[in-house]
Amino acid sequence: MKRSNEPIFWSLFGAGGMLAALIGPALVFITGIAVPFGFVFSPDTMSYAHMLAFSQSWAGKVFVLAVIALFLWHAAHRIHILLHDFGVHAVTAVRVLCYGGAFAGTVIAAYTLLMIKA
Amino acid sequence: MAENEKIIEIEVLRYRPEQDKEPVLQTYKVPFTDDMSVLQGLQYIKDYLDGTVSFRWSCRMAICGSCGMMIDGKPKLSCKTFLRDYYPGGLRVEALAHLPIERDLVVDATDFVTKLESIKPYIIPKEPRALEQGEYLQTPQQRDMYEQFSSCINCMLCYAACPQYGLNPKFTGPGILALMHRYNADSRDGGQAERNELGYADEGYWGCTAVGYCSEVCPKGVDPANAINQNKMNSAINYFTRFVTPGGAGK
Repeated sequence: MKRSNEPIFWSLFGAGGMLAALIGPALVFITGIAVPFGFVFSPDTMSYAHMLAFSQSWAGKVFVLAVIALFLWHAAHRIHILLHDFGVHAVTAVRVLCYGGAFAGTVIAAYTLLMIKA
Repeated sequence: MAENEKIIEIEVLRYRPEQDKEPVLQTYKVPFTDDMSVLQGLQYIKDYLDGTVSFRWSCRMAICGSCGMMIDGKPKLSCKTFLRDYYPGGLRVEALAHLPIERDLVVDATDFVTKLESIKPYIIPKEPRALEQGEYLQTPQQRDMYEQFSSCINCMLCYAACPQYGLNPKFTGPGILALMHRYNADSRDGGQAERNELGYADEGYWGCTAVGYCSEVCPKGVDPANAINQNKMNSAINYFTRFVTPGGAGK
């Protein structure tokens, strides 16, 4: 029996799912509701200057990359499996679209973050 | 039959290979009482209405695993399902989904049995032990690790429930993967490496997409979806650590 390479995709899926469950709703609340309406945080919390400063630090870069890339890998795997369960069995095309999309998103995010110089 | 008897319509999926090109439905009107199971309804048909209807059964008490069938589209043991729950409507009984029909409600279990044999469903002792050394001891906590998975009666309801097995019969399937976990998780067992060669393949744990219907239909409270998920974690850890763990890469 050939060992499956699924652990790579499943681990990224699992990590993304864990992260989404832990901080996803909080992020939606902070970035989508609290900051724009000025509850708890001041409305300029997410101003360009603040966000730029955040993504100039290595910790900020890692955080932004983890949130973008792992959420994408999670979504890619979930959509891939959902399509399979719904009877779409164009395996290669679906895989290329889902995982290719997540991979492209990861590369673009990483490149963009690296280009933000202090 | 008692005076308060009622009549229920049972539609049976018939397939007689010598005369039917494809399975056809046949309806029977069956008098029943509230204590009668679907299996008893079928037995009434066979004894009084149509002796040619074929179905498997043995214990009548949900332990032999023979009488699994689709009842109104859901995989159930017919001995554990009651006619009264379908009255005043009728019900339809069909052979278990995803398995080839041999005759009427009898399915061909060859694939299941072959796979069951292939996972070495027995304890492979960690170290050989001489008779005078006594029995292998196990704590209640160690037993709890596998006990629920040992309740499987091989009824194949989870195979009829599993969409992945329906799509690709090469997938080992829920019941047998749960049994594999039952032996792998036993503190007396040392056969994990042998069994996981299959477990770690696409045909093993990774063929599952975590639909979870297997665990819902199990008549014995086994949770195959949980067994598989635990092993996806084990398999993933092994995948990434196999080159730094002694013996981790397997054979």
